Order: sequence, then structure tokens, then C-alpha cells
Amino acid sequence: MARKRKLARGVAVVGGGLTKLGLFKDRNCKDFFAEAYTEMVNSVDKGIDPKDIDAVYVGNFTNDFFVKQSHWAPIIADLLGNVPKPVTRTEGACASSALAFREGVLAIASGMYDIVLVGGFEQMSKCSTEEVAEGLAMAASPYEVAAGFTFPGVFGTMATAYFAKYGATREALFNVTIKSHNNAPLNPKAQFPMTVRDFMNARIERSKKKAEPVPAWKDEKAYLADPAANPPVAWPMHLFDCCPISDGAACMLLVAEDMARNFTDVPIHVAGLGQGSGYSLHAKKDLTSYEATRAAGNAAYEMSGLTPNDIQFSEVHDCFSIAELVTMEDLGFVKPGQAHRAVADGMTRLDGPRPINTSGGLKSKGHPVGATGVAQLYEVWTQLRGQAGNRQVPNPNLRIGAAHNLGGTGGTCTFTILERR
Amino acid sequence: MEKRPFNDASYEQYLNDRRIMGSRCKKCSALALPPRPICVSCHGSDLEWVELKGKGKLAGFTSIVVAPPAMAREGFGRNNPYVVGVVELDEGVKAVSRITGVDARNPDQIRVGMPLQADFASKGEGHARQTSLVFKP
Ligand SMILES: [Zn+2]
Repeated sequence: MARKRKLARGVAVVGGGLTKLGLFKDRNCKDFFAEAYTEMVNSVDKGIDPKDIDAVYVGNFTNDFFVKQSHWAPIIADLLGNVPKPVTRTEGACASSALAFREGVLAIASGMYDIVLVGGFEQMSKCSTEEVAEGLAMAASPYEVAAGFTFPGVFGTMATAYFAKYGATREALFNVTIKSHNNAPLNPKAQFPMTVRDFMNARIERSKKKAEPVPAWKDEKAYLADPAANPPVAWPMHLFDCCPISDGAACMLLVAEDMARNFTDVPIHVAGLGQGSGYSLHAKKDLTSYEATRAAGNAAYEMSGLTPNDIQFSEVHDCFSIAELVTMEDLGFVKPGQAHRAVADGMTRLDGPRPINTSGGLKSKGHPVGATGVAQLYEVWTQLRGQAGNRQVPNPNLRIGAAHNLGGTGGTCTFTILERR
Repeated sequence: MEKRPFNDASYEQYLNDRRIMGSRCKKCSALALPPRPICVSCHGSDLEWVELKGKGKLAGFTSIVVAPPAMAREGFGRNNPYVVGVVELDEGVKAVSRITGVDARNPDQIRVGMPLQADFASKGEGHARQTSLVFKP
């Protein structure tokens, strides 16, 4: 019944662009996308004539709600001068643009197109925090929302189940946050280019200036354990477990593999492509796993012929700190129940054996939801081309990286493996 | 009564009668709560109603401090957190629900695995009456 799935024609990434992430109330998604697109065009080593782009796929979660504007595909076509070429919007909550990437790959692999632009964007800054929470909750399951769950609440529930099953504590979450924030100052696009220690020292300085009692935290973990510095959101999720509200856009240029050398001498190939769907909380067999991630991982490994041990570094969807731990296990990077130990042992640090979220992750880089999937792949592409500057993974034989993108509370997940050949 | 469609509306009507009703597949016996029109185990659609006893244990939970608008209107939030969770029922299915009778301000004292039993919380009158399933120790 099941057969090995592969692309009928290979696909390579030959260009990419990502905006600086942050809150930009006085700009809009057209501005963001134009910024990412301009960087993409300039990144193609041998140049691209935009007239040669056959089609565009763009991911956006819910600008319909956030800025009260729907039907974004023709807006992007108009912006880029693509009219009357086909432009299609994809939606998979926080995995919206990973779906755009996937549709672009499939469209080239089918033989339909040769050159496709894929990307994503979101503007969240025009809403209050409460409105953003309400908009995001539209991507949770109706049963979860009716019972009073919030987004962080769903992940908090998985965290308490994980803690109980494997004997982990909040310290496991602290380790994820500290590790990712250590990479952020090295990423010029990051929304919060600060380590947790930077946050702690800034707070101490503020207290000194105001002549208030100066808090005596002995290290970052003590800072994160103090509810005055790191208040609860939905137990055990606290402020520093949760990704911020962000604006931004990302895009990449995909071409058929057989023409990739016309654009660059360093094309990055799509080796594995996986997507899965998942149940909402009450219907999950296991509260400490995402079945959508497992399905996506298995599909990408099978297609590429690679195993989890071949993935030298990855971007993992850390919308909430617990998601990074669960995902490491679902993707087979470690055995179930081992992720909290692996992070504590430094496995996923930038200089560790299997770096995760070299970009700083969603927590510190930022999470403009509809842009995130392609923004993650942009980081993997940048690393594989050796252009990640101060956050370059210190491995002279970097060849295989991957990105995991999770939509909603785990209802849509993708896993994409890129390879430098 | 037994002719009700296997959907969310029927589930809610039963809750108004203080009954927890799920669906069972006649072909493979898979149980679903809330009821489903299609069995996700065998894809069959020959189903029957089953009443659940409402006893189970806590599988995972959270204490919500930053409340969504609907809960904030009921007075929940930073100064009045509330607990929701996943309850694994004795019959093997799970439910997402409010958990009452536990200390939302001290969530580190709440234990995954603790036994819980169902209760019903109603709002509104007549046709507008809405009953939700809650669980308490
Ligand atoms: Zn069945």
C-alpha cells in the first residue's frame, strides 16, 4: 500500500531573504515582503530576472484578523509586478509558510514550473496583546478553547505531563531558553539580540538607577525562577518560555535542480520533505508527543534516505520552550524522555554536537507566525552556505540541516531537510 | 433520544441533562468523546451512544494566569488564575475541561495522576442554558 515517496524532479534553493524581526507599527506587510524580496534578489549569486519567476506561494496565518485584510495573494502579485501570474496563499497557522515552501517544491517537482518564489509574512503589532492572544487562539482546537485553554495553556499542559512522565522540572525549560538566547546576539535579524544574562543585568541596572533594592540573583536560572522577573503565563509556562509578538517576512527562490547552477555555484538541495496532521489534546494518545511531527519526520527521513543522526543542526519550532524538548524526541534526535538531559548536557548549544536554533529560535529571534516556516529554512540555508557570520555552526563539513515548523497546538507540522552537495 | 446525530450539538444537549455521552463504533468498539460521526479507528459509521461514568485521573494541566477574553469577563486573570487540564477517563477516552477544587495559585502542588470525578457547571436559562463538563477531586 505505502510506497516510497520522492520528488519526480529535484529542487534547489538559490536565494533567500528575511526582514529584521520586531514590532513595526508604522509599516505593513507589503513593506516587509518587499524588504525580504529585495534581499532575496540580491542574494542570487549569478542573478535572477524577476520576469522568469513562474509562480508564487505565500504563507500567512491570520492577517485577516490582525490587520482586517484578507486575500493577500493578489496584493503580493501587485507588489512584485507578478500580475497576471499565479500567486497562492497557504494557511497552516504558525506553519503557514512551510506549507508555501512545500507547495513550491511540489510545483517544480511536478514539472509544472521551473522557478518559484515562496515566502510568508505576518503583522501582529497593530493589535493589543489580548487581541493577539485571541487571534492565535483561533488556531487552537474548538474543544480546547471552549474549556478555557489558551495557547500557552495547551503547551503548559503538555509540560506538566512531560514533567510527570520523565521526572523533569522547570530547570529543563530554563536550559532551553538560556541556550537559544545565547545565540540571539549573534543574529543581526533577531528581535531580542540579548542573552538571558543581558536581561538580568539590565534589570539590575534599572534597580540601581531608581535606587530600588537591587535583586541578588546568583545566575540566569535564579533570575528565571523569580516570578518578579519571569512571571507565570500558564503554569509551568512563564514569560521566558513564550515567543514574542512579531512582525516580519521571509522568502526564498526555488528552482529545478537541473538549472540550479545557472543561478549559483552553491545551490542548497531539498533532500527531504515531510508534513503531518495531528489531533487536539483530548484525542491525542500521548500528551508528550506530536503525532504530526513524527509523521513529518518519518516522511522526510524516508524521502531523503537520511536518519536523525545525519541531521547536523536544525531549527526547531520553539513557540513555547517545552515544544523544543518534545520535538527533539519526536524527530528522533534523542530517545523519548532524554531531551531535557541532552539540553542540560549542552548537546544543542551552538558549539555542541547537534546545535538547535542557531538563529536564537522563535523565542529570541521573533515569531511573525506566517513568516516563520520560511524564516527557519532561511537560517538553515544561510548556515549551509557558510554565511551565518558569528553564529556559523563551527563544523567545516556542514552538509545537512533541517527545519521543523509546528502550526497551532500541533495540528500541522512540517520537517524539511536541506543538503549541500 | 437514541436517534440524535453523533455531533457536538447532541453532546451539549446531553450535558444539559447532566449526562456524559460518547459514541462507540459497532464494528471495532472504539470509543469517542465527544461523539464522532466517523470512527477514526476503522472509518466505520455504524455507531451507538454510550454513557460514561465520569471518573478518571489527571493526565496534564495548567494554571492560567493570562486569561482569554471569555474567562476574563468571568473575573479570571492575573489575580484569579484558574486550572484546566486533560482528564483520562476510566473508559480510556480523554476530556479537556476546567478542573475545580484545586489551588490554582499553587500549581506546583497539583499532581498529575490524581483521581477526579465529573461535575457539571451551567450558565444561562431556558434555551440559552449551556452546561460544561468540569472535573474535581
Ligand atoms: Zn471503528
